Order: sequence, then C-alpha cells, then structure tokens
Amino acid sequence: MEVKVMTDVMAKNDAISDSLKKEFKTKGIFVCNLMGSPGAGKTTLLETTLKELSKKFSVAVIEGDLYTTRDAERIHATGVPVLQINTVGGCHLDAQMIQDALGELPMDSLDVIIVENVGNLVCPAEFNIGEAMKITVLSVTEGEDKPIKYPLIFKESKGIVLNKIDLLPYVPFNKEKALEDIHNLNPTANVFEVSCTSREGIDTWLSWLTKEIEKVKENA
Amino acid sequence: MTRIMHEMSIAQSIVDIAIQTMEANGGHVIHAVQLQLGLMSGVEPDSLLFCFDIVTKGTLAQGAKLEIETIPIKGRCLDCDQEFGVEDYKFVCPKCGSHFIQTISGRELKVATIDMD
Repeated sequence: MEVKVMTDVMAKNDAISDSLKKEFKTKGIFVCNLMGSPGAGKTTLLETTLKELSKKFSVAVIEGDLYTTRDAERIHATGVPVLQINTVGGCHLDAQMIQDALGELPMDSLDVIIVENVGNLVCPAEFNIGEAMKITVLSVTEGEDKPIKYPLIFKESKGIVLNKIDLLPYVPFNKEKALEDIHNLNPTANVFEVSCTSREGIDTWLSWLTKEIEKVKENA
Repeated sequence: MTRIMHEMSIAQSIVDIAIQTMEANGGHVIHAVQLQLGLMSGVEPDSLLFCFDIVTKGTLAQGAKLEIETIPIKGRCLDCDQEFGVEDYKFVCPKCGSHFIQTISGRELKVATIDMD
C-alpha cells in the first residue's frame, strides 16, 4: 500500500530552530549565522568586527569547526567569550548543536551571538539555527561564479560581504558579474565590499550591523 | 567527505520518517520512498541515493528504493502576479522586469509517499 506522508525532511531541525529563534527574540539577543567557503576570511572579518562590536555590546561567539580549535583560539585572543563546537567531519552546524551549546553561555546578559559556521557554501545554507539572519562572506579570490554555482546560500543571506577587495587589481574577478548574479538571486541583500587588510568598507559594514543589532534589542 | 556527510544526515532523516510512518501504519516492510527534491534544495541526488543505500542497511527499510522527483524552480512576481519558471537562477519577472519574486517551488525536500506493506 501507498501511504501519503508529505513530511518535510528538515522539519525536526526547523522546529528546534523556531524555538531558538523565539528565545533569542524574547531575550533581545541578535544572532547571526556567518557562512562562507574555507579561506573566504570569515574569522578575520569576525576578529575585525568583534574589536568594535565588543565596545558597545556584550558579544559571544560560537565557532563551528570540523576538528580543530584554531579559529576559537583566534577569537579567544580578542577577549570575546567563545564556545567551540567540533562537528567531527560534519559539514554544517544544526539547530540541535546550537541548543546544546547555549547552556554554557550567559544568556541573560548577552546582546549578540555570532555563529561562525563550518567553511562550506552548500550545507550550512539548508540548516536554520535560530538565527535572525544569515551572512555570507565571499572573497574575490574565489571567483565570480560562486553566487550562480551556490545559489541557495546567496539567496538566503540578508548580508553578503565581498571580502579581500584590496586584491581586485591582482585577480581576474569580474565584480560586476558577481554583483549582477547576487542581485538577480536576492535583490534585497545588503552587499558590503570590504577589505579587512586595508579596512576599506569596514565602517559601513559595522554601522549596518550595529543598526540591525539595535533593531533586535528594541523589539525584544 | 564533508559533502557526503551532508547527504548522509539527510538520508538518515528520510529513513527515520519512513520507519516511523511504517510503524504508525502497522506495516512491516518498506518497498519505496518517494521524495520531492527541489532544484535549489542544495542536495545532490546521486549522493543522496548512495547514502540512502548505506543508512537503510540493517534497518526495516533495507532494500527500499528511493524515488526522487525533481521539482523545478518557479517564481511568482509580487508586482504583476505572473508565475514563471526560473532559469539560470534569475529571479526576475519575464513580464514586467520586477525583482520582487516569491519562490513558489524549488526548495522542496519532502517525503511525499511511502510504498509499504
């Protein structure tokens, strides 16, 4: 016999994500899911961002990494509390992992949690983790074809950081094409062209992020 | 490696849903699972089939066939209501040029039916 099911395979993860989202909203904690390829510059952007954010807000970081604590050590050095989740080969963080980790964070005194996902442009996009928004880092050294090759992650992201723009004169990156593909996928995305090395574009990125954090706090 | 891990966890969720459904309906064998898979779901059908065979081994779903129905990406224009097939991930209305497009299909990752006894 044939049984009709029509069950979403992601239903279990989405249910946990929804309950986390509610908890974060009630407590006024801004949570963002930072994604991108290995080497896109997620951790460097995070270091640069934390330096400023931690002056105004109480921030914590959750680091997703396959096996190592390298990134967590870099964040620890900035003085911001960091929690490490090793996925042991798993290609993404899921909502359950975040829920399990929260017990170790001072939830009543936090303003911001930034989750640095495992470096990967495919899987993290599919697993919601209770975040207020997804932010994807794309570096110019990766090539302009990434948005069209990995459309889901760029479609789902509210913020897209085009990183390492100081290298534009040295790499064959067609910026117009990348921006056009991003616009066709996701016309309301906020795109920031930055370089963490030269600090170009960092102030614009930080002031946007600060406004988004304040919105969440006001609506708590 | 990491790519396969991804389909592995999705295959596991599919098998969990299939076995739960079988038990809830008093069945004892699963012949096939029909899955709706959107073109923009981010899931690779070949990897998923490979992982499905692995995770069903030794379970009540062993030998079951995973039948994948691919769902195209469709959008609806929020300005002029036009529905259209999205080509090359261009979420732009072919009629009025608007960029405000609601995705109405293409993200599916859904167990549709289970063939069992």
